[in-house]
Amino acid sequence: MEQKYKKVAYYPGCALEGTGHSYNRSTKEVGKALGLELEEVKNWNCCGAMEVKNIDPKIQTYLSSRVMSIAANEMGYDTVMAPCNGCYHNLKKAEYDLENDPASVEVVGQLSEKAGHETYEAGQVETIHALDWIKDSLGEEGIRERVKNSLKDLKIANYYGCMYTRPRHIFPEKDQGEGSESTVKPHYMDDLLGAAGAENVEFPLKTACCGGAHTLSDSDTSTKLVMNIIRAAEASGAEVIATECPTCHSGLEMHQIRAEKIHGEKSNVKIIYFTQLLGLALGLSPKQVGIHENVSDSMGFLKEKGLA
Amino acid sequence: MRPLADIEAGIDYLERNAARPAEAAAEFLKFGEEIVEHWLTAHDKAPTDALKEGFRLLALHRQAAQGDPSFNACRETCRELVYYFNLITLDPLHGETNRRLAMMAMVARHLYLFITGKMQVAELGDFCCASRPLRTNAN
Repeated sequence: MEQKYKKVAYYPGCALEGTGHSYNRSTKEVGKALGLELEEVKNWNCCGAMEVKNIDPKIQTYLSSRVMSIAANEMGYDTVMAPCNGCYHNLKKAEYDLENDPASVEVVGQLSEKAGHETYEAGQVETIHALDWIKDSLGEEGIRERVKNSLKDLKIANYYGCMYTRPRHIFPEKDQGEGSESTVKPHYMDDLLGAAGAENVEFPLKTACCGGAHTLSDSDTSTKLVMNIIRAAEASGAEVIATECPTCHSGLEMHQIRAEKIHGEKSNVKIIYFTQLLGLALGLSPKQVGIHENVSDSMGFLKEKGLA
Repeated sequence: MRPLADIEAGIDYLERNAARPAEAAAEFLKFGEEIVEHWLTAHDKAPTDALKEGFRLLALHRQAAQGDPSFNACRETCRELVYYFNLITLDPLHGETNRRLAMMAMVARHLYLFITGKMQVAELGDFCCASRPLRTNAN
């Protein structure tokens, strides 16, 4: 199979330099193990996340466009890979706005000129998620061929969060029939981890809100939302919740601990990035994929499963 | 439309006491409708009686999401409620029915938590105890 995204510009975003560092590490290691090259976008900036977007969406469009401009105009790439759902969502949104909203084009043009870099034009790059990067480059067969340490004894609930598929109109490549990603029932993570041997459980809250936006303003609501997701995963028979977003991942880990400390509500399900699980299946060590950098300790569990 | 606190208590109760699966599934679906009705009413909108794909819950969700794209973060949660309702009512004697009911309770609870969380942030709704600190601070 031709590797569609053999070499792409890599936009880690702020979270992957902080709380999501193990996601950063495991993404890079998995890329190496699969022969997929990443080159980090030079001098990248924040995508505008929620903070800027809530105040002025057009500034967020500009900030995201700058990242794409550097990748396209200064580095010569036609693809930017963003593993964080927030960054992925914002770059896709900026792309959509620049394609459809003349006012956004004007603001981005003015700010780019003022900042002294080339203005990004819609269509110069394709923004993809880490799931697209691996799935569309190697497919399930490509993963199966490379598995050294099957995840066969793992029951996994794949949790995509709410920004990976919404709003639908900024993801025109999804819902395109067989093989494409679905915005209603996403399955790329299920496909990849299934190919690595895992048993994916039926999990009804795979795109439900994790309460990330409430974390600071109303921690109790976030804890309740997270614990409901965790309880649903456990009731589905899952031992692990696989994640693909640093905000969701941190929220699940931290509120799982908070629930136990404050409410005495204990749960055993492990929260692990899909890139960490995939890395273990490809024969990487727990340290290489940053298991030690996760908030909660899953080493004992991984040893028990023969994965560490 | 029952008060939000009663809906929350109702979900908890039904999760533990669902003797008749089809009736319980219908009640969970009704809870879902009422939760979205609360959101609409708090925004001075009259909840629709229309159906979308045969379900009022989906029509209510559609109505609530108009002009508020972030409300779509619970779109699939509403759809999951409908999915489990269909599974349970089409074959209440299925061996998986108890597990499906448990899932439906969790999905209904998620919808409740998501929407009431949004209402608290917006300082809306009838749950004065839960939102009092936020309101007090805002004043």
